[in-house]
Amino acid sequence: MAFVKGLKCRECGREYPGEALNVCDFCFGPLEVIYDYVTISEVVTHQRITDGPLSIWRYQDLLPAEADDPVDIMAGYTPLLKAKNLGKRLGLNNLYIKNDSVNPSFSFKDRVVSVAATKAVEFGYETLACASTGNLACSVAAHAARAGVDAVVFIPADLERGKVIGAAVYNPTLVAVEGTYDEVNRLCSEVSDNYHWAFVNINMRPYYAEGSKTLGYEVAEQLGWRVPDHVVVPSASGAMFTKIWKGFNELACLGLLDGVSPMPFGADQNTVHHPAVTTRMHMAQAAGCCPIVSAWENQQNQIRPVRPDSIAKSLAIGNPADGIYALRVIRESDGSGYAVPESQVVDGIKLLAETEGIFTETAGGVTVSTLKYLAETGAIGPDELTVAYITGNGLKTQEAVEEVVNPLLVKPMMGSFEAALENRMAAQV
Amino acid sequence: MSMAKQRVRFTFSAEMVREPIIYRLGHDFDVVTNIRRADVRSDVGWVILELEGTDDEIQRGLDWVGNTGVRVDPIAGDVIEG
Repeated sequence: MAFVKGLKCRECGREYPGEALNVCDFCFGPLEVIYDYVTISEVVTHQRITDGPLSIWRYQDLLPAEADDPVDIMAGYTPLLKAKNLGKRLGLNNLYIKNDSVNPSFSFKDRVVSVAATKAVEFGYETLACASTGNLACSVAAHAARAGVDAVVFIPADLERGKVIGAAVYNPTLVAVEGTYDEVNRLCSEVSDNYHWAFVNINMRPYYAEGSKTLGYEVAEQLGWRVPDHVVVPSASGAMFTKIWKGFNELACLGLLDGVSPMPFGADQNTVHHPAVTTRMHMAQAAGCCPIVSAWENQQNQIRPVRPDSIAKSLAIGNPADGIYALRVIRESDGSGYAVPESQVVDGIKLLAETEGIFTETAGGVTVSTLKYLAETGAIGPDELTVAYITGNGLKTQEAVEEVVNPLLVKPMMGSFEAALENRMAAQV
Repeated sequence: MSMAKQRVRFTFSAEMVREPIIYRLGHDFDVVTNIRRADVRSDVGWVILELEGTDDEIQRGLDWVGNTGVRVDPIAGDVIEG
């Protein structure tokens, strides 16, 4: 069973029942799930977790949906790889890659959508919906298929065909909106008010966002129930960034980190910080859309919305819903933010591919380039335990790296092959 | 004509932060403005409010606000995700 007490406004603190709500009626602030941590602490153990399925649902006690029959395409429990080659290149001896690009629909979105879809079915919804330019559309359509409910996916009309196919194959109703990015946002907000559909990141948002906590749980579990010294996380809305931090702190407060004493959560569960969690949270954004990093760099307390202009489309959220909370996490954790120059996004993709054999999308390029910057500037020490989160698969943004295709063109004869090989080797010297 | 409500967020730049935009929205258009939360400083500001009126009049008012240079967004941030 889920140990949910209800929802609570992050701004004014008003409490609501655990229903399909995302905004406080009084101040229009965002709602967050609140849990019965006293009961959770009585049931959750390492053994209970490790006896669970090899998916996010092994952490069912810490998720806000009934897990008896989750909408599960086996999201999560993705590899944590020791990145020896990349680490050597960057001078980091203790570097790990959390490779979340190998989720069933090839991005971390499967974690959040699995929770939202399970909750939607629990609430009795028969339609799962979202607005997306890529990863979220694929994940929503896939989970709706698994759940046996309808899917309605809104996309910009000019979205590249390759990105549409990844969602269309699951047979959702695709709605191609002829309008600007802002107009798509506005339409979908209005549609969500008028249709009895479960919009995963609108009326399901409090539950949806909680799925990202599993990125924190898994890393801690895979490291032997300890948290890293540093994490590097790509950010769009800022929700995943805040939830990884929350995940680490929940484990600490529940006494699930090795050698760490439990601690009460206090009145505000969503801002709890256990002193044993000393992880420094580093945010990676692309320079073409970096409203949160800009606020951090300029020491502002407000996020100024921007019009996205970045090749990292999966991070292109100009008005991030959780931006202000992510900014607070950077500060609370003594972390940092870095806006990767657009010209270095592809460099990051190539660096990870060439050193570790992992092909990531543009968001991963942003992460790796940020990691490189942090290593070069000494923000991460050579022996500090560091985890970089790779959240999406390179097959989604192949056009970004088309330039890498440069084959040896040869006739079907040994002489032609050897001449071409010799030329290539000479060019590389 | 049926009445509607719409929840929006206005973001003001340094150039616009001293302009009486919300007063004029309520005065020049047949729209009731109801502020719920705000943070307005000398160089930047945002206001979250609910508008009530006919769909057409709210839209006309929001178009005018957008044309002044004030940014208009849904209150929950961008809902279209990558």
